[in-house]
Amino acid sequence: MELVSRPHLDNFINWCANRPEVLVLSADLTNSCEVGPWRDTYPDRFITAGMAEQNMLSVAGGLAREGFVPFIHTFAVFIYRRAYDQLAMSVAYPNLKVRLVGFLPGIVTPGGVTHQAIEDIAIMRATPNMTVVETGDATEVVSVLDAIEHVEGPVYVRMLRGEMPRLFDANEPMQLGQSRLLSEGDDVTVITAGITTEEALRATVALQAQGVGITHVHVSTHKPFGDPILDDAIRRTRHGVITMENHLITGGLGSAVAEYIATAGIGTQLVRLGLCDTYAHGASKAYLMKYYRLDAVALTQAVEQLLDRSFGISEQDLEAVRLDAVHSAAKAEAL
Amino acid sequence: MVITPELIEDLENFAERIRNRVFAHVLKNNGGYLSQALSAGEIFAALYGAVLKLGPIEGSSLPTKFPGTPGPHNQAYISGARFNGAPSAERDRFLFSPAHYALVLYTALIEAGRLDPAALDQFNADGGTMEMIGAEHSPGVETTTGSLAQALSQASGIALARQMRGETGRTWVFMSDGEFQEGQTYEALQFAAYHRLAKLRAVVDANGQQCDGAMDDVMSIEPVVERVRAFGCEAVAVDGHDMAQLVAALEQPTKKPLIVIARTNPTHTLPLLAERSPVLHYLRFGSTAERERYQAVYDQQLVSV
Repeated sequence: MELVSRPHLDNFINWCANRPEVLVLSADLTNSCEVGPWRDTYPDRFITAGMAEQNMLSVAGGLAREGFVPFIHTFAVFIYRRAYDQLAMSVAYPNLKVRLVGFLPGIVTPGGVTHQAIEDIAIMRATPNMTVVETGDATEVVSVLDAIEHVEGPVYVRMLRGEMPRLFDANEPMQLGQSRLLSEGDDVTVITAGITTEEALRATVALQAQGVGITHVHVSTHKPFGDPILDDAIRRTRHGVITMENHLITGGLGSAVAEYIATAGIGTQLVRLGLCDTYAHGASKAYLMKYYRLDAVALTQAVEQLLDRSFGISEQDLEAVRLDAVHSAAKAEAL
Repeated sequence: MVITPELIEDLENFAERIRNRVFAHVLKNNGGYLSQALSAGEIFAALYGAVLKLGPIEGSSLPTKFPGTPGPHNQAYISGARFNGAPSAERDRFLFSPAHYALVLYTALIEAGRLDPAALDQFNADGGTMEMIGAEHSPGVETTTGSLAQALSQASGIALARQMRGETGRTWVFMSDGEFQEGQTYEALQFAAYHRLAKLRAVVDANGQQCDGAMDDVMSIEPVVERVRAFGCEAVAVDGHDMAQLVAALEQPTKKPLIVIARTNPTHTLPLLAERSPVLHYLRFGSTAERERYQAVYDQQLVSV
């Protein structure tokens, strides 16, 4: 698997070359959000707000009313936790074209509870007028800009930074409101988003080798939710649906699938993997994914429980499936 | 602007008409936000009578029905900003921060000829836009600001955008003093000073009152002038009932964002209301007898005019 380093950095600069309406707003996390060189390229369009996110969200609303397209770049927690009232009243209610680019989703950061956005999708999904998307690899980080460009209201982007895999062909960009069908089978349907897709791929490969039929769908649009690929994937499963998300299991992908199943009147079991009514803490991504059961092992066990079978797939087997030796050696990022 | 004695007299009459109309409305509706009109009458008269450079209203001078909230599926949405005229590079913009002053704003629009007087009959009526707490669709309101302190930041964004385009018009905010208890206000002052938003101007109705009572008994904001200056903006305090002083302060040249602290009296011209001190935020008559005492004062005032 190809590993890509900081795909947003140059891509965003190039993307903005002929878009003079685009501004970047930063709250003292410019290099941490990979827009340092963007600032140096377009100094007149870079607005430093200092560590004052409440003001920054309302300022973004004012700028958007004047026809600019502000791209807020900061850690996700500081967008939706610290400045939610401003987000709701100054940006979301008036349906303004502001891009809220939130970094450090879930447990990807060793920064601990203050830096880990674990309820952002729940809150953004519950915010009227908000479109919610999540990136899962380098292809999506690059193509998300085009995917949301024509949304005339606010968009929350759950963004990845640093080194990341390319799971999806560069010629298959993110499409708003369209899931990706990664494998097909009728025993179990697995629905993942963001960084959990890479983990799930390792489990599904191992399980398919044991003869388990798995439909695996990757979701990049959390709101609006649902499309024909998802619908078909949920309806075709014999034994149930498993969601795995880098987020609390309340309010995020698992909840969205539960709502979909119930609303459509589909009678199937749902298993939700993710953080279970708990905050996390600071540690490496690999450790936290294992500790909070967001890894290939957890998914394999969930499939075994649904099917009431044991496949004898060990952690070592799953490690062997891992395609990216370089990635497993990657160091945890500093802040 | 040339500030002549005639202009000041006109504006003083404008302020008195605002107060009388609000007083009459409160009597008719058995209560309302009266103290805000008493304290801010001169401020709104100065703004809508002389200071704000606005275009003519767009469309009807009658308020529309509730147009739904803004959103991707609401093509029919109409902002209340149309009562302040179409924006242009040279014109001023006006953001209205303490949305519970809506009755005072609507009345100022009426006295300025921008809103039909009959509109006041729809105040706080179901399905209308003359909401008790002004919303984005309410006459004269451009942004959602009832959650206090957000207007100054929004105005900073608008002023920054206009500055980037080289526009000459000013961006005004009407604020209440209670908002200086909110941290966001200081974030906004810091931002406006740092980005040198010289065309951003705010006027504050410093009536010393908030929901729980006198501000000094809830959370003091003093010395507010020094605080604003310390954050890098220009600040000046004036007697908010002295029209000549007020207009001069609003029109003073400055190279920094300007915050005019208008010191006002929430019972100005109506000493009777002071009996209810320190809780003056919202007037609700306790008895028919009390209402009749206010009615008598109102009748007396009209005779003296």
